[in-house]
Amino acid sequence: MKLTLKIWRQKGPKDKGQFVDYPVNDVNPEMSMLECLDVLNETLIERGEEPVAFEHDCREGICGSCGFMINGVAHGPMPATTVCQLTMRHFKDGQELVIEPWRASAFPEIKDLIVDRRSFDRIIASGGYVSVSTGNAPDGNTILVGKEIADRAMDAAACIGCGACVAACPNASAALFTGAKIAHLSVLPQGEVERDHRAINMVAQMNTESFGGCTNIGECTGACPKEIPLEVIATMNRDFIRGSWKHRDNEVKTITPMTEWSTGSKLKIDPHATS
Amino acid sequence: MSTTAVNLPKSGKASFWGSTNGKKVVMAVTGSILFLFVIGHLAGNLQIFEGPAKLNAYGHFLHSIGELLWPVRIVLIISVLLHITATVQLALLKKKARPVRYSRKEAIKSSYASRTMYWSGPIVLAFVIFHLLQFTAGYIHPESQFIEGDVYHNVVAGFSVWWVSVWYIFSICLLGLHLRHGLWSMFQSVGFNHPRHTPILKGAAAIIAVLIVLGYISIPISVLLGIVK
Amino acid sequence: MTLDGKLPTGPIEQAWDKARFDLKLVNPANKRKHTIIVVGSGLAGASAAATLGELGYNIKCFCFQDSPRRAHSIAAQGGINAAKNYQNDGDSVYRLFYDTVKGGDFRAREANVYRLAQISVSIIDQCVAQGVPFAREYGGTLTNRSFGGAQVSRTFYARGQTGQQLLLGAYQALERQIQAGTVTMYSRTEMLDLIVIDGKARGIVTRNLVTGEIDTHIGDAVILGTGGYGNVYYLSTNAKGSNVTASWRAHKRGALFANPCYTQIHPTCIPVSGDYQSKLTLMSESLRNDGRIWVPLKKGDKRSPDQIPEAERDYYLERRYPSFGNLVPRDVASRNAKAVCDEGRGVGESGLGVYLDFGDAIKRLGEHTIRERYGNLFDMYQRITDENPYKVPMRIYPAIHYTMGGLWVDYNLQSTIPGLFVLGEANFSDHGANRLGASALMQGLSDGYFIIPYTVGNYLASNKLGKVDASNEEVRSTVSSVRQMTEKLLSIKGKRTVDSFHRELGKIMWDECGMSRTAEGLQRAIGQIRALREEYWQNVNVPGSGDDLNQSLEKAGRVADFFELGELMCTDALERNESCGGHFREEYQTPDGEAQRDDEHYSYVAAWGYQGPGNREELYKEPLEFNYVHPSQRSYK
Repeated sequence: MKLTLKIWRQKGPKDKGQFVDYPVNDVNPEMSMLECLDVLNETLIERGEEPVAFEHDCREGICGSCGFMINGVAHGPMPATTVCQLTMRHFKDGQELVIEPWRASAFPEIKDLIVDRRSFDRIIASGGYVSVSTGNAPDGNTILVGKEIADRAMDAAACIGCGACVAACPNASAALFTGAKIAHLSVLPQGEVERDHRAINMVAQMNTESFGGCTNIGECTGACPKEIPLEVIATMNRDFIRGSWKHRDNEVKTITPMTEWSTGSKLKIDPHATS
Repeated sequence: MSTTAVNLPKSGKASFWGSTNGKKVVMAVTGSILFLFVIGHLAGNLQIFEGPAKLNAYGHFLHSIGELLWPVRIVLIISVLLHITATVQLALLKKKARPVRYSRKEAIKSSYASRTMYWSGPIVLAFVIFHLLQFTAGYIHPESQFIEGDVYHNVVAGFSVWWVSVWYIFSICLLGLHLRHGLWSMFQSVGFNHPRHTPILKGAAAIIAVLIVLGYISIPISVLLGIVK
Repeated sequence: MTLDGKLPTGPIEQAWDKARFDLKLVNPANKRKHTIIVVGSGLAGASAAATLGELGYNIKCFCFQDSPRRAHSIAAQGGINAAKNYQNDGDSVYRLFYDTVKGGDFRAREANVYRLAQISVSIIDQCVAQGVPFAREYGGTLTNRSFGGAQVSRTFYARGQTGQQLLLGAYQALERQIQAGTVTMYSRTEMLDLIVIDGKARGIVTRNLVTGEIDTHIGDAVILGTGGYGNVYYLSTNAKGSNVTASWRAHKRGALFANPCYTQIHPTCIPVSGDYQSKLTLMSESLRNDGRIWVPLKKGDKRSPDQIPEAERDYYLERRYPSFGNLVPRDVASRNAKAVCDEGRGVGESGLGVYLDFGDAIKRLGEHTIRERYGNLFDMYQRITDENPYKVPMRIYPAIHYTMGGLWVDYNLQSTIPGLFVLGEANFSDHGANRLGASALMQGLSDGYFIIPYTVGNYLASNKLGKVDASNEEVRSTVSSVRQMTEKLLSIKGKRTVDSFHRELGKIMWDECGMSRTAEGLQRAIGQIRALREEYWQNVNVPGSGDDLNQSLEKAGRVADFFELGELMCTDALERNESCGGHFREEYQTPDGEAQRDDEHYSYVAAWGYQGPGNREELYKEPLEFNYVHPSQRSYK
C-alpha cells in the first residue's frame, strides 16, 4: 500500500521546524509504524538525507520510549497500543498520516520526533518510591495484601511513562502519570506509611514543572497505552488533600527543572575526581 | 550536565492554593455552592406557575430577611470570584504548558461538555450579569417598565421579548453543559472516584443537568407560548 | 595468566557468609570520598547504583536511554524465582541451586549458583517492601506459578510484567538516591571506552547522545550492568538499543570475555513476517502450560490448520518427550522446532513456524479460563498478526533471547581488570550453558542489591588509588581513540546503511552460529564476517555529524563491535567440541539427537583475551569442579 507521511522535522531545540511530506510506496500491512519509519529512513540515508530521528527501544510496548501523534491522536488510532505495536493494516491505502512529536513545555523538543521527558523522572525522584533501603525488608508474607488491593496497585503500576497522557491532555497536564505512581504506592500497605508526604512532594514537583493543571477531561486515559484509569487522579487528589490537612512540618523539596543537556565542555575532568 | 537531578533539591513551603490540585478543590467546593444556588433559585422561580400572588410573596419574603440574604449573597459572590480566579489561572497555565499547538488534534475519550468548560463558563457569567441587571437591578428592561417588587410582571414582560428568551434559553443550555461535567468532576477533584460508582455519578450528573435546563427554560417558553401571562 | 575465581572454600552452605566476613569494609565516613561509576540502569545497574548510594558512596550512573526506567529488563514477562517454599511443595535453596546447575548443563560455577539461590529469598522480601505489586492469593499471601519445566512452583510474578515491576522498584530506589544527592544520573550518555590506569579501571569515556560531547568520568571503580549481546543476530527479542559496546570496549582494554557462544534461543516467539522486520516479539513461555505444539505429518502440507485432521498432525514434543511433553526446557523445544522446519514441515508462509494450539485447552477448560490465564498475550498476538488465537492456532518460532556468556568475573564479580566489576547478563557467571526461565531477574537483582555492595567495598578498602587528572597520559589517549573511531565512522560516507550491514551479519550468525552449529559452518562464518567487516569499514554510510543527536552514528559504533564479537562467538563455538545447553554442535549428539556433552575435555569456562585488531584471541581456561551436583546427561523423556 501507499501512504504519505507528513512528518515534523526539526534539527534541534532552537530550530524552527516544519512538516515535510514523504511518500512511501511499498508499505506492507504487517509492518509496525516504526518499521515503516525504518524503511523510510533507509531510503533517506541512501538518498543522502538525514533520517527521521524517533525514540524507540523495546518495540514490544513496555519500555515507553516510543510515541508520537498520528493524525492528532497520541500513539495513533488503536486503543491500548503503542506506535511500536501499531501495524499498518489499520490505515487505508493512499492515506496521509500527520506525524508530530508530543508537544508540551515540560517535554522540550530535542530533534524531529524526540522530546525530553526528564520531568517525569524528577516527579518520581520527588517521592515516587517507598523509602526502604536494601536489606531492611521483612519476609514477603509478613504484611498481607489482599488480592483486590494488589490488583489495583498493579493496574496503576502498569504505567510505562511514555508521556501520551501529557501529549493528549488539552491542558498538557501530568496528572495521570503522577496519579498512577501515587495510587500504586498508596493503596499498598508498604507505601501507605509515607502516603501524605509522598503526595505533597510529588504534587509540588508536578507543579514546579511546566505542566498544565488537570481539569478532569479524560483524554489522558483514552490515549494511555496501558489504559490507566482516571481513578488514579482522584487518588492523588485525595492523598494530597489528606496530606495538606494533616502534615505538620509544611516543608517540601522540589528539584528545579533543567532542560540543558550539554556538559559544558568538550573535555573536562570531573571535579569529584577522587583522592 | 545531562542528568535528571543535577540541581539539588530546594526546600520550600507546601502550598495548597499554589498547586493546580488545590485550585481544583477550591473550584469543586465553590462549584457545589453555586450548584446549590442554582437548585434553590429554580425552586423559587417555578412558583411562577402558581400565579402572581405566590411568586411576588416569595420575592417579598426574600427581601424581608435582609440580614440572611446578604451573607448568602456574599458567600455566592466569593464563590464566583474564587471559581473564576482559579479558572483564569488554570487557563493561563494551559496556554503556557503548550506554547506550540498541534497541527491536528482529535478528541478520543472526553465529553464535549468537559472540553468546553473554558468557554461555557464565561458565557454563563456574562449571562448572569445580564440577568442580574435585568431582574434584580432593573437596569436593562427592554420594551417595558421595570416594576420594583412585581416579580411576576417583570418576568412575563422580560421574556415576552423574543431575543431575551432566546439568550436566556441558550445560556441555560450552556449552564446545563457546564453542570453535566462539573457535577461529577467536583467529586473527582476532591478525590472520589470508584469504578462502579463514578459511572452512576456521571449518569446522575447528566440527568440533573437536563432537569435543571428543562426547569429553567420552561419559564420563557411558557411566556412565549402564552401559557403564563 | 591463570584465572583465579577466588572461589570460597569449605561447605557451600556457609561459603557466602564466610566470604562476606572476610571482605574488608570501608569506613562510613570515607564512603562519600569514593566515586563509583555504574554503567547501565537495568535491574543490575539500577539496583547497584541505588544500594551503593544508600551506603553513602558518591555514584555516577549512566544509561543511553532517555530515562533509567527504559532499560530492557523492563520487558521480562514471566517472573522471578525464589526458594521460598511458600507452596510447601518441597522447594529449598538446595533444590533451586541443583535445578540451576543442572539446567545450565553443568557449565556454571557451583559456589556462584549456590549464593544466587540463597539470595533469591531476600530479593523477594526487598521487592515486596519496595511496593512491587506481586500477584497475591485472596488471603493476602504471595502466590507462585511453575515455570520452565521446574518440578516446584517457585516463580513470583506481577501479571505478565514482572520485569517491568521489578525494574520500576529498582528505578524508584535509584531516583530516591538521586533526590538524596548520592547518585548523579547521566541519561542519554553512552560509554564508549574504559580508562585503565596502572592496570586498574579508573573511569570511562562517554559520548553525550544529544550534544555529541565526548567526556571523561573518573572514579575509583567501574561497574558494568550493560546487559547481553543478543542483538549480534540483528533479529532478537532484545530491545533495539541493546548492545555489547560497553562490555566489548572493556574487553579490548583487557577484560576477558567468557563463553561467548552460549546463547539462549526462546522457543515461543512470533515468526518473522518480512524483510523489514526489526525485532522479534516474545510470547511468554507460560503458554506452553496449556498449548500443544504440532506440525503437519506430511511435508509441504499447505492446508489451513483446521483442515488437517488429528491423525495427520505430529505433536512432536509429546511424541519424543512423553514425560515432559510441551514443557521441555527452552533449548530442547527450540531445537526440535528447527528440526521439523528443516524437514520442510514448518507452517506459515515462510515455512518457519510451528503451531501452538489451544483448541484442546479451550474445549477442556472453556474459553473463559484461557482468557483469564493468557488474555493479554492473546491480545498481543492478535494485535501483531491479525489472527484470533482463540479460533486459529498460534504460529511460533524460536528467537534469540538471552546470552549466558559475558565478561569473565570472579566470585566477587570483578573482571580480570581490577576495579572493573560486571553484573547481571553482562557477566557470564551463573547460568552455565543454558538459563532456566525466571532466573535472569533473580541474577540481576542478586548481583546489584546483595553482592556488589560488599565486594566493591572490599576492593576500595584494600587498594590505595592515586589521584587522576586531565593531564594523565592514559586519559588523553583513551579519549583520542574514541574521537578517532567516531571521526572514522563519519568520514567513510560509503554506499550501504549501518542496518543493512547489521542485518547481513545477523543472518550469518543465525545460520551458522544459531540453534545448531557445525565446524564447517562456523569456519565459513568467520570468513564471511571478516569480509563483511572489511567492507563495513570501507563502505558504510553514516549520515550527519558527531555534534548532535545522531542515531545512525550510535548504531554504527555498536555494529562495529558486533562484528568483532560475532567472530569471537564463532571461534568459541568452534573450539567447544561438544554440545551443551544453548550450544549445539551437530557433530556431537546422541543417536536420538540430544545434546552430547564432553565433561572430560570441556568442563571449563572458556575465557578469551583480546590480542589486537584482526588477531585470533587467546583462550584461557578456568576448570569447573562439581562437588555437590554431579554431572549427568539431562533427560526430559
